[in-house]
Amino acid sequence: MNYLTKENGLLSWLLTGDHKRIAILYLISISFFFFVGGSLAGLIRLELLTPQSDLMATDTYNKVFSMHGIIMVFLFLVPSVPATIGNFFIPMMIGAKDLALPKINLLSWYLYIAAGIMILFTMISGGVDTGWTFTTPLSTHYVNTHVVTTGLGVFIAGFSSIFTGLNFIVTIHKMRAPGMTWFRLPLFVWSHYAASILMVLGTPVLAIALVLIVLERTVGIGVFDPTKGGDPLLFQHLFWFYSHPAVYIMILPGMGVISEVVSTFSRKRVFGYTAVAFSSVAIAVFGFFVWAHHMFIMGISNYAVLIFSLLTMLVAVPSSIKIFNWAFTLYKGSITFETPMLYAFGFMGLFTIGGMTGVFLGASGTDIHLTETYFIVAHFHFVMVGGMLMAFLSGLHFWWPKMTGRMYPEKISQLAAVVTFIGFNLTFFPQFILGTLGMPRRYASYPPEFQILNVFSTAGASVLGVGYLLPVLYLTWSLKYGEIAGNNPWQATGLEWQVQSPPLTENFPEIPIMDHEAYDYEWLENQKEKEVASVG
Amino acid sequence: MSHISPIIWQFLVKWMTNFALFPPEASKIAPQMDALYFFMVLVSLVGLTIVILLITSFSILYSKKRHPVAVQIEGSTLLEATWTIIPLGLFLVMFVWGALLYFRIYTPPANAMNIYVVGKQWMWKAEHPGGQHEINALHVPTGRPIQLTIISQDVFHSFSIPAFRVKREAIPGRYTSVWFEATLPGTYHLFCTQYCGTDHSHMIGEVVVLTPEDYKKWLEGSTSGSSLAQNGERLFASLSCAACHNTRPDARGPSLANVFGSRLTLSSGQQITADDAYLREAILNPSQHITQGYAPIMPTYQGQISEEGVIDLVEYIKNLDSDYRVQQTTASTTLLPEGEGKTTKAPAGPGANQGANQKAPEGMVKQ
Repeated sequence: MNYLTKENGLLSWLLTGDHKRIAILYLISISFFFFVGGSLAGLIRLELLTPQSDLMATDTYNKVFSMHGIIMVFLFLVPSVPATIGNFFIPMMIGAKDLALPKINLLSWYLYIAAGIMILFTMISGGVDTGWTFTTPLSTHYVNTHVVTTGLGVFIAGFSSIFTGLNFIVTIHKMRAPGMTWFRLPLFVWSHYAASILMVLGTPVLAIALVLIVLERTVGIGVFDPTKGGDPLLFQHLFWFYSHPAVYIMILPGMGVISEVVSTFSRKRVFGYTAVAFSSVAIAVFGFFVWAHHMFIMGISNYAVLIFSLLTMLVAVPSSIKIFNWAFTLYKGSITFETPMLYAFGFMGLFTIGGMTGVFLGASGTDIHLTETYFIVAHFHFVMVGGMLMAFLSGLHFWWPKMTGRMYPEKISQLAAVVTFIGFNLTFFPQFILGTLGMPRRYASYPPEFQILNVFSTAGASVLGVGYLLPVLYLTWSLKYGEIAGNNPWQATGLEWQVQSPPLTENFPEIPIMDHEAYDYEWLENQKEKEVASVG
Repeated sequence: MSHISPIIWQFLVKWMTNFALFPPEASKIAPQMDALYFFMVLVSLVGLTIVILLITSFSILYSKKRHPVAVQIEGSTLLEATWTIIPLGLFLVMFVWGALLYFRIYTPPANAMNIYVVGKQWMWKAEHPGGQHEINALHVPTGRPIQLTIISQDVFHSFSIPAFRVKREAIPGRYTSVWFEATLPGTYHLFCTQYCGTDHSHMIGEVVVLTPEDYKKWLEGSTSGSSLAQNGERLFASLSCAACHNTRPDARGPSLANVFGSRLTLSSGQQITADDAYLREAILNPSQHITQGYAPIMPTYQGQISEEGVIDLVEYIKNLDSDYRVQQTTASTTLLPEGEGKTTKAPAGPGANQGANQKAPEGMVKQ
């Protein structure tokens, strides 16, 4: 008996309050949207194979990249790790039976689905061509596409995210098992706590900005309209006040995954636990005060530029602390190289590049040349795809045995990880050079001397596509044919690994008592010896 | 190589000869930008190498086969302090260096020649002080600082010249500016880098850098007959601005002589400097910009004067000296007096003093 077999039938899933079932619902839905967004990316890369705009009309191209961005950011990256792996494992990691607010958890999935349907419907009925940034006055006065419905879709998705964040904060405060002090929490929980604060505080501002766009389009209130005394830059302040912290909403949970995976596969406590925990909080705090670095060239005050540039440099420090702490976790470890670890290595390399190129853009001088070009595109894909998606795949493979009770096939998974890594670099590295050359982003056609690098990028995208399709195939296969996993295939220390796989609906037969530190591999050894002794 | 199909071969040759890895350095600021850029590339490479070396060497030394039992280590304050302080120091160097560059690029020198750029869906219009108009092109001389005063007529655009390493957002209803000094004659890309709708990727053009002699020839060959200030003067007259803004003691509006660059006190008590942006705002949105001591009677010209017309007026006002008087004309009522042919200079108005404003394009710099 486990959470999957306890009840049967579609209704038992659609009305469930079980965080694990809701996580599975999320996993299926975000995977669907990932492949919708991915197909759109494929279309973009095909169009850019040649310098002319020949595959589709420029309007269509504009809609394709707008929908790619909107779907990937709001329907995949923001919910990816928190709503699936976080939803499933935060209660288990802190020794709780469920999240604090199970009905709110289900509601947040329904809101997500409502938003997803709304955005899909918009896409089918003609799409939107504002880019995912909805920049005014383009979005309010100059385009004739479905801005209002898309905006409302994103608005609703925002509430889904607020509810998830709220649920995590309440759960982590109130539901920890006896003995589970803050500094015994797995780092995965710390990073989700930091991300949740960002979700709860940041998302309402995005919601306000979107409502103002809808009001501007429908009744013309003029907040962003200079001819009515409004300020066209105000929208961008509001938008980036959310959307910059949003990149930390996306990356922090991924960093949590990497902490768990690196510790488990080197069988060693995370190097400098406290520093890693506090660096998550530091990222969340500083992350709120760097938004105007998206606007360095927009004529904001030079002194504002100084402050935002300095704060951007400061926010880069905790990320570099994390990278070195993970690397030193390997020191004197006992390392194995299963798929989650390969993805984690990929994350560390690619995130280092993504982070460093962020510094190029945070330094106000170089930002002038590099912003709004493919350099930006490459930078955030290194962080979001090279970082976040690698972390998501790492986590998915890592916890797959616990979620399904089956092992994934190791060899082909390792192959997929390598294919993803190669495809990723081939796709996005040339874009740094394109950006330095000055190729603007969101161009359907470009000067012919940029072609060869674009051809590399498109070739890489096809390799990357294969790398993403493989896991869908073998993970599905493993549901039926995979090896039985057992409780703790990785010999990991987290509480979630000490119970059966797949877990019971109530997670633990009785609430555990946390009597050791996080990542205490000696405790794990002692437990095993005790078990052997009691069986003997 | 003979077995490679000729078509593919031609393709490859075409690609390789047409292949760029780094943009040309065609402005004074470009080598300075690139110095910081390559410093950052170097730091990134060193950082990345350290991370990769750590991961691979630890992976080899401490693989489970070689090192079956892990040694538990809490952490190390000294090491952690090291990798907090060194990156922080490097980032701060980049911050200061970047900020110096930023201030240089966005602080035009006083002697810069001003060219106006108006962005609209989907073209760039450049207006030279001598009245030369260009669309999707910008001709500039080498060896002379050029300031661009940029505005958008509709949505956000961004004026980018990669070979000069400069870029500035074109914002609806607000002037922004950037400057550069071209060093290398040639033709370079001009891009709109801010997504602006359907034909965003066609909002491109060329920047042609000419030697001073060629530039002079180009100016002469492209003249439209009257300078921006002359256009502005006619507009000033046809809108009857001088009915209130004159130098008489009982004038209903403040005199505009020498107003450009001066400190003004507004009716709200606020102190401002009358720059391009202020003049533009005061024309389009006068009720917000009443000079102390005057009644708020000026009507708005929002929607009645095109951006180009505003530029003409601003250029005209910039050059108004102590005692100006404008020919009161009712004949010319067009708001955009383009292509009317060359007006004769100093048409002997009622007051003979036409002032410095009537000088030829060379006289545009404020005296």
